[in-house]
Amino acid sequence: MKKTFGGPVITLDRADINTDEIIPAKYLTEATKEALKPYCLEDLILEGFDPNGEKLANARVIVSRANFGCGSSREHAPWVLEVNGIHTVIAESYARIFRQNMFNCGMLAIELAKDEIDQLMELEKASGGAMDISVDLNEKTITAAGSAGEKSFTFQISPFDQALVEAGGWVEYADARY
Amino acid sequence: MGQTTAEKIFAAHLRDEPFPGTKVLDLDRVLCHEITTPIAIADLQWRNKDRVFDPDKIKAVIDHVTPSKDSKTALQAKMLRDWARRHHIKDFFDVGRNGVCHALFPEKGYIRPGFTAIMGDSHTCTHGAFGAFAAGVGTTDLEVGILKGVCAFREPNTIRINLTGSLGQGVVAKDVILFVIGQLGVNGATDCVLEFHGPVVEAMSMDARMTLCNMAIEAGGTCGICQPDMTTVAYLWPFIEKEFSSREEALDAFRRWCADSDADYCQVLDFDISGLTPQVTYDYKPDCVKPVAEMAGTPVDQVYIGTCTNGRIEDLRQAAAVLQGRTIADTVRGIVSPATPDIFKQALAEGIIQTFMDAGFCVTNPTCGACLGMSNGVLAEGEVCASTSNRNFSGRMGKGGMVHLMSPATAAATAVAGVILDHRTLEEAKVS
Repeated sequence: MKKTFGGPVITLDRADINTDEIIPAKYLTEATKEALKPYCLEDLILEGFDPNGEKLANARVIVSRANFGCGSSREHAPWVLEVNGIHTVIAESYARIFRQNMFNCGMLAIELAKDEIDQLMELEKASGGAMDISVDLNEKTITAAGSAGEKSFTFQISPFDQALVEAGGWVEYADARY
Repeated sequence: MGQTTAEKIFAAHLRDEPFPGTKVLDLDRVLCHEITTPIAIADLQWRNKDRVFDPDKIKAVIDHVTPSKDSKTALQAKMLRDWARRHHIKDFFDVGRNGVCHALFPEKGYIRPGFTAIMGDSHTCTHGAFGAFAAGVGTTDLEVGILKGVCAFREPNTIRINLTGSLGQGVVAKDVILFVIGQLGVNGATDCVLEFHGPVVEAMSMDARMTLCNMAIEAGGTCGICQPDMTTVAYLWPFIEKEFSSREEALDAFRRWCADSDADYCQVLDFDISGLTPQVTYDYKPDCVKPVAEMAGTPVDQVYIGTCTNGRIEDLRQAAAVLQGRTIADTVRGIVSPATPDIFKQALAEGIIQTFMDAGFCVTNPTCGACLGMSNGVLAEGEVCASTSNRNFSGRMGKGGMVHLMSPATAAATAVAGVILDHRTLEEAKVS
């Protein structure tokens, strides 16, 4: 089933956020996705970020920097985002496995240029940390809105990744085709 | 225009190209362990599709936490075990016969030049040492691999890395790959294959080539690939001797996977390795690399020798050569984990286990354990570990811990000194 995208944003202003930070290995012994829910980004140490805070609890979109999701292949990373309602990540770039895991789960890993991410980070700050992003998959645009203004950017995803998002994930797609 | 090794493998395994640039490949191997596979199994059951595409092409092992440490890990092991039995997956390795996946599966001869392999484990890139295309994937890709025997990839670009010169005394594959990652950066090879060439890699054993390819992912690489040659044939010979009349014939067959001389690379990097010294990481990213000499004197609490990077017999030999006749510092906990039962037995036969124990090391069963902070050597907050593993992320071996990555010989010298030390200077350092 196709997921919903967009909503309140949390910014993680650092490159190379790895999957150990997104979900520490000690929780990989959980046998369901739902059980991962309390541990989202638990090991991320970043100024102003609180893994137990309301900001993360309310977030539906992560905006971050280069090489997001590097390290371990654990799909627990997209899953812990999914069970916390975060179906959209917007970053300068991704590690290959994390990016594919996102689309395989029918979620969005959107790439924007560094200066565009800069602008999103600035708008969020200028809006007192309260910013929403809406995603238009047909037009391939995202629109960020906060008290300090509005910004729109276009993005590209491959036709294959779009097909996975439309199908709700790779298992559904592959099962129908192979 | 000629082809790279990865391009040749992609062309030979192409099942479908649903969109330009997306290649769905037939898989020769789908490798499974107990951390990432059970959720795929549960999902297949929930979808009423609890089937496998080919039980002979699927290999499975319990390796990350073994023997199980609690009820949750026992359930994960049971799910994998029950599934392997249910589907007649004969190459399934349970307690007593199990070892670290990327050491065990090559040792069993499961990976051949030209193969495609996936596993729900980022260090699957290790198997490229055999001239194969092997990639780490998530659980959903693994699930589709189990069910359909296919996986989708963007066709990767290839970075050719020419390693010229020769390795200095006491400088090994781990030092080379740490240096290369330091040069490339943690995302310098994202969506790319690293294809290793040159006299340095040609002179390397398969154990050393696996160390080299193991860390391709730490530069973001999809796979590290070495060119199949007589060293590859010799390693695989016990498994292929019925398929070929001679080693030369096997080599001829495997050479078809070697890159063409006019292949197209997105980057060609030349590194003269002759002057390279032992390398070590600092900070929390694997591209933060400097010569060991510059970190010398840094105190450590634990030394960990093992893992899919450096838990093979040659690694243990190199560490034991340093430890021979010495004891480790009182302030250090030494832990060694031979990567497979066969490696363990070989180390026993050679007296290496005795050397480790006489030096004061704890010898554990083969397991991934401490490398990812799951068991057998988790760090407390503020502790420092000298490790032969592949990741130094914050929290990797335990929340608040610091990990310095290094070669087995450097780790052994560090254990003796209690502080990071270039093993080539151990004599002068005048420690026990």
